[in-house]
Amino acid sequence: MELLIGLITGIIWGYIFQRARILRFEKHIGLLTLTDLTVLKFLLSGVIVGAIGIQLLTTLGLAPYHLKPTFIAANLVGGVIYGLGWAVLGYCPGTAPGAIGEGSLDGIFGVLGGLVGAATFAHTYPFWKKTLYGIGAYGKISLPMVLHLPPLLVGVIFAGALLAFIAFLEKMGW
Amino acid sequence: MRNGWSPYLGGALTGLLLVASVLVTYQLFGHPRYLGTSTAYVRVSGMIEKAVSPQRVAENEYYRKEGTGIDWKVMLVLGVPLGALLAALRNGEFRLRWVPERWTRCFGNSPLVRAVGAFIGGFLIIYGARLAGGCPSGHGLSGMSQLAVSAFFVVTGFFAGGIPLALILYGRERR
Repeated sequence: MELLIGLITGIIWGYIFQRARILRFEKHIGLLTLTDLTVLKFLLSGVIVGAIGIQLLTTLGLAPYHLKPTFIAANLVGGVIYGLGWAVLGYCPGTAPGAIGEGSLDGIFGVLGGLVGAATFAHTYPFWKKTLYGIGAYGKISLPMVLHLPPLLVGVIFAGALLAFIAFLEKMGW
Repeated sequence: MRNGWSPYLGGALTGLLLVASVLVTYQLFGHPRYLGTSTAYVRVSGMIEKAVSPQRVAENEYYRKEGTGIDWKVMLVLGVPLGALLAALRNGEFRLRWVPERWTRCFGNSPLVRAVGAFIGGFLIIYGARLAGGCPSGHGLSGMSQLAVSAFFVVTGFFAGGIPLALILYGRERR
């Protein structure tokens, strides 16, 4: 049952991706060369709805968080390695398989590279555990915890800030 | 925009999908499923490696931590191309191609060169995402929606790595 729900969720997501033009190599490279912000607009509006929705769910006790731990060095270095790969591949881990569905067969090699990357990481994990993961390790923390403010309030302020940023982008003609 | 949705509509629907997924999976199964895609690669690579060498996978700390085999996350990632195929077919946008147009203008139209580039890029995004703890969906969408501190560092890294390299590779060409 849970597997079926996962599949259905993925199908809906893939449908949205295709309709919003998120599966195109040109859109991802457009974001990274700052010439077409479609992917950023998609992500920002997702976070605006998501931040208010998730903070509502958790505040009402309808669902808990599942925070990813903060280890600043690994978060940053991993993020940069990801960014380098993103610029070459032109898709992300969800949109590479999605692009295959739209007919972009180069996504297949992106997925294969990803599987080899995952296996390589699994076998090099002990090295990073001894090194990077120890630097700036603060565990599972969120902004409301750090700021000592109610999560829903922080969520609404954050969503408002992103909305203002979007309004700014539109006004500047991006 | 002709024949397509505004990215704001697509993003807002994705935000709703995230909230619905977390609510439904927690209420039905007792654990919230936040949208994220890079863990699925570990679960599948572990499954493949297990077929070759079960001992190696059983002794691997990371595979033990993340688990291997088909689960909700793998099904999620399998569903994405199906949904994309459905949407592309319904709207007459399904088109087979080996090399993206923008890539062709910079690196030529050889499918082999593109395949090697895509493979290297795919390797780096998953290796980097696993080191960072997640990708633009796990950290970007789900992490930022939870206001996780880690998400802000990781997303900064994504752009700090991606923007300079993309500008070097493709230049600032407006279309």
